[in-house]
Amino acid sequence: MSEKEIKNLEEIFEQRIARDEKIEPKDWMPEKYRKTHIRQISQHAHSEIVGMLPEGNWISRAPSLRRKVALLAKVQDEAGHGLYLYSACETLGISREELYEQLHTGKAKYSSIFNYPTLTWADIGAIGWLVDGAAIINQVPLCSTSYGPYARAMIRVCKEESFHQRQGYEIMMTLAKGTPEQKEMAQDALNRWWWPSLMMLGPTDAESVHTEQSMKWKLKRKTNDELRQQFIDQTVPQADLIGLTVPDSKLKWNEETKHYDFGEIDWDEFWQVVKGHGPCNEERLSARVDAWNEGEWVRDAAMAYADKQQKNKIKKAI
Amino acid sequence: MKKENLIQYIYGIADNALILGQRLSELCGHGPSLETDIACTNMALDLLGQTRSYYQYAAQLTGENITEDDIAFLRTERQYKNVLLVEQPNNHFGYVITRQFFYDVFHLLLLQELQNSKDITLSAIAKKAIKEVSYHQRFSSDWIKRLGGGTEVSRQKVQEAVNDLWKFTDELFQLTEEDKSIIESGAGADVSLLKEKYYQIVIEVLEEATLIVPELKWFRKGGKEGVHSEHMGYLLSDLQYMQRTYPNMKW
Amino acid sequence: MKKNWPLWEVFVRSKNGLEHRHFGSIRAADAEMALENARDVYTRRSEGVSIWVVESKNVTASNPENNGELFEPAQDKVYRHPTFYTLPDEVKHM
Repeated sequence: MSEKEIKNLEEIFEQRIARDEKIEPKDWMPEKYRKTHIRQISQHAHSEIVGMLPEGNWISRAPSLRRKVALLAKVQDEAGHGLYLYSACETLGISREELYEQLHTGKAKYSSIFNYPTLTWADIGAIGWLVDGAAIINQVPLCSTSYGPYARAMIRVCKEESFHQRQGYEIMMTLAKGTPEQKEMAQDALNRWWWPSLMMLGPTDAESVHTEQSMKWKLKRKTNDELRQQFIDQTVPQADLIGLTVPDSKLKWNEETKHYDFGEIDWDEFWQVVKGHGPCNEERLSARVDAWNEGEWVRDAAMAYADKQQKNKIKKAI
Repeated sequence: MKKENLIQYIYGIADNALILGQRLSELCGHGPSLETDIACTNMALDLLGQTRSYYQYAAQLTGENITEDDIAFLRTERQYKNVLLVEQPNNHFGYVITRQFFYDVFHLLLLQELQNSKDITLSAIAKKAIKEVSYHQRFSSDWIKRLGGGTEVSRQKVQEAVNDLWKFTDELFQLTEEDKSIIESGAGADVSLLKEKYYQIVIEVLEEATLIVPELKWFRKGGKEGVHSEHMGYLLSDLQYMQRTYPNMKW
Repeated sequence: MKKNWPLWEVFVRSKNGLEHRHFGSIRAADAEMALENARDVYTRRSEGVSIWVVESKNVTASNPENNGELFEPAQDKVYRHPTFYTLPDEVKHM
């Protein structure tokens, strides 16, 4: 194809997206669109399955049977969501195994929030409330993103996730209403998870490299800073309601802007964790690598068995 | 029929579901593939759901103000009546599947009897659980065949698990004094009568999976009397951690 | 060369009376496992009463490059649609 022809195709392509048409797997797409989508969808998928680990820590120690089954179902949902997203990504011509390879070698990123440790039961509440809360804000707009398989996966994810945040908030509320010891546990968890949750919505607009292109392709509808503001505005009253204090001395309702003003985020910490120096980066990655490596003989066995069955069938047919 | 006997009888069944559910849920996030991970968690959720039904009923029977969680979390190790099989650790996926398979076959036979219980609550729980456990047995049998008939490595691994766990199968059919009294009353299932059928099914699947049926004649038991393996204490310290560290709180 | 579990497309009937609809895909070594995995992944919230699985490589798909010749010729066949025909206002339903 000549450069001019490609240019022409690209224009038609951009117009389709502007008209809110969906792009489907076999449609022509610019190489950059494909690559950007592989990167974003796989990062998203990796975040789901790495995200199983910090919460998974507490399944065996959940304080009641009701909490145990709820947490188990939630972590299982994350496996499901990872699976939906890997499948969506595979339609772009890359295999799940290749994507795992990128994760396991550290080439692909996942959400840095999961590199923080879950130290008490209240952390499970805080993750559901704050981390899932921030994730929903990120995810809902993706239900109408331009790439069909991604949009469909996100619709399913958002539908299933609706109980996740409630589950977390209910845990926090119960703790906040509980004994002084429980309330302290909840406050401590909020203190530790608040700032990382704000960072989860991405670097400030000034630092964000992909925003403009992502807006055009509907991978993003609002900027990181707008999303962050939305998250703060909706979460602060929820904290007030259950008597917990958001750990930000500069946090204040601004009557003029009708938004909360808030303090400075420690972006050094953010970049340190992104670069792999968070408290649990190594543990998370090695847990994933171990699960994959230790599962290899199982996957091979199933494949070998399927092949043998297939051959037997053919033999019988002859 | 003594009420205390019925309660102990229920613990005998429910504790198996709790402990096996606990073991399976340890695997969540670490399975050999995403699909398998999700499948194992589904079984854990089924088992924990059954556990809750049984405990809620037992709690009600006590006539005291106790809950399912008091039963699940606040007994001493000697008071748990699960069989040794279900508390064995997830050494590798071969163990997970073999333990599951050995228990599923028994579990389904048990429930098929229990659905005829004169106790309508037990009968209702069993009827609901039969559907879940039929699926478990199908899942675990399929995997036994895959691992047995897969590669040389997988055959060795699953054979290792079969050899190791075989010694725990006989305990499934043991009757405690409480069991006998409940069977007599018509509320319980006489598991001692299920033995022949059990081994017939198990051996058939093992043979189809080209695995060697152990010739062991010496079996381990004790779980039903609350005498567990050393693994149990560690499992309980996880399970009970919150309730023991922060007593008398609502979660 | 190492073989990974192939990809399968999953179709679920949500309730009797409705058609099977494409739900997504899963990995599985064989058809039996594909059905089980599809059940475990896609019907956790009682979304289905029947499942079909088909190995993705067995699906033949049309190529969007041919969309012109495949689908556009149907666009001007307006006489296939009821609105093409005029009726007197008095006839309310037909």
